[in-house]
Amino acid sequence: MNLSSLMQTPKSPTSRYTILDRETVGLKSVLTRWESLLAMLLVAVFAGGSALLPNFFDLYNLLDATQNFSEKALIALPMALLIICREIDISVAGTLALSSVAMGLAKGAGLPPALLPVAGIATGAACGLLNGVLVTRFCLPSIVVTIGTVSLFRGLASVVLGDKAFTGYPPLMSDWGQGYFWGIVPREFVVLIVFALLFAFVLHATSWGRRIYAIGNNPDAARFSGIPVDRYRLALFVLTGAMAGLSAFLLTGRIGSTRPNIATGWELDVITMVILGGVSIAGGAGSVGGVMLAVLTMGLVTYGLALANIPGIYMTITVGMLLLVTIALPRLLRGKQARK
Amino acid sequence: MSAFATLMKQREPLLALMVVVLVVLVGLRAPVFLSVDSLSNLVTDSTLLVMLALTQMLVIVTRGIDLSVAANLALSGMAAAMLGAHFPGLPLALIVLAAAVAGLLLGLVNGWLIGVLELPPIVITLGTMSVYRGMVFVLSGGAWVSAHHMPKDFIAFPLTRLLGLPHLVWIAAATVLAVWFIARNTRFGRDLYAIGNAPHCAGYIGIASGRRLLWTYGLSGLVAGLCGYLWVARYAVAYTEIAYGFEFTVIAACVIGGVSIAGGVGSVGGALLGALFLSVIGNALPVLQVSPFWQSALTGLVILVAVIINARGSKRRSRQILPLHPSTSTAATARSAA
Repeated sequence: MNLSSLMQTPKSPTSRYTILDRETVGLKSVLTRWESLLAMLLVAVFAGGSALLPNFFDLYNLLDATQNFSEKALIALPMALLIICREIDISVAGTLALSSVAMGLAKGAGLPPALLPVAGIATGAACGLLNGVLVTRFCLPSIVVTIGTVSLFRGLASVVLGDKAFTGYPPLMSDWGQGYFWGIVPREFVVLIVFALLFAFVLHATSWGRRIYAIGNNPDAARFSGIPVDRYRLALFVLTGAMAGLSAFLLTGRIGSTRPNIATGWELDVITMVILGGVSIAGGAGSVGGVMLAVLTMGLVTYGLALANIPGIYMTITVGMLLLVTIALPRLLRGKQARK
Repeated sequence: MSAFATLMKQREPLLALMVVVLVVLVGLRAPVFLSVDSLSNLVTDSTLLVMLALTQMLVIVTRGIDLSVAANLALSGMAAAMLGAHFPGLPLALIVLAAAVAGLLLGLVNGWLIGVLELPPIVITLGTMSVYRGMVFVLSGGAWVSAHHMPKDFIAFPLTRLLGLPHLVWIAAATVLAVWFIARNTRFGRDLYAIGNAPHCAGYIGIASGRRLLWTYGLSGLVAGLCGYLWVARYAVAYTEIAYGFEFTVIAACVIGGVSIAGGVGSVGGALLGALFLSVIGNALPVLQVSPFWQSALTGLVILVAVIINARGSKRRSRQILPLHPSTSTAATARSAA
């Protein structure tokens, strides 16, 4: 039995089933992918904005506008992983507030500026660890745990802050929050792109990523096939907390202060980004590319509305409608299905 | 004693005991808390949370969640306030009815998307929450409706006393009885528990899940609309951000009351006591002269402790799939060693 005889063996199916290594890629399957729809929406928003608004198509403006969503998008990346894993973290905005307060305290204690991001990220990771331990050790539903911890974290932040605010951060932080690379690209956006590539690589090209999908599709089966499900969950909660800490570093640097109402309501924006990006709330499906497309679409719509002098609250309505329509439309087009 | 022990094993008596102990403890530190005035204040303050927690309980029992209640409350409340401000001659009953109907319609939108189109509740209500909250701004143009715009009877109604108790308390009591009756004695209510416990089985035995969900969210909206009027009238002001973030307080009250987020478990008594518990904490802090900044942190802590206590006993054990055979496993190790 040598190699050539193996090669010449006709393809007689030994199994009754044909199991392809991957789906056949046809034009229809590409076009009906969620990401393609989002990409078309993004192009439509871009074209519409450029046609209707005079200063829309301006490289400087466009790049500056990325600052509005970069911090949120940094949290949306690990949130996507969590939701793929059938978990959710409502406490991210509280974590962000507490991390920002921690940096303010660290600055007050006279720590060198280079250690401030470390303080922020470590605080965020500690918050994530608390969420993760409560979810994995006590077997509690993550939505309930994080509804509790969001009050706890934001409460602690406001207890420390009282009615004051931390200001006077070192220039290092404003460099990262407001600064530019090559004089034109905001540093926050570069950080976001780097992390997006990193997350895309981990989720789509490593066995860690495959296991996250496996856990989301069927946690029991994943556990029986030897995946340490709880360890993955714990790690993802810590990661989400740490990214919220990083986001706190950038946001605090950008606005230059820590106030009690920092990042209020961000948890819902972040979750909206993730769900609009095609991540299934039931777990097991979604991609980093989709999330980034959703982030860019939402960012572009916000930017367009701001240029057209429309109050920010209309953005809330637009995003809500976008979410509802993108979820309901495929369902309506498919028509009535027999209940499973 | 053993009767007491079995009583304490149940959730509601334990929670009721905790509420009473908390009230007494606060009373020991600050006797003024136990005065009739202060306690009746406490009950009045808790009414809106109680009403919203009850209908949220029904929603959570079906494995759903309604994040849009606070936004619905704000929108219906703003609609009621603007009706009152623009047409001072309108009878109050009509305004209250309008608020309730507005809330019902907003709730039915949720219900249609979730029940009929079978879309995930958390996503849908997240979306409608944004839309409703934004529509408050569109409706009001961002302006406030303050006390001097509203008719006198509009503001006076919630706190007007009937047989010694404010209308608010009567309405909340009626809601408690109604939801208690629905949850225990009607086919609709029992169906909700069936849907929450086993959605597929509920379908097989012929429960019209879609229609049940439609009206569950409708009911949640109806009560949110009613609370919208009561909130606006009670605090005599309406603006875009009223009750911002209140949906989490409502869900927290349910969770403390032992309503399982996984569906199928929850009682009217639990939700009621959970809401009372949160209200006691909220009202006790100023009396104890604790900085109000602690309120949110303490609430978070209480939620976590409550869910940990509620989860004890129902903890999943890790499963041993294959039986262990000590003899074969030692033989295997002996062979591998040899």
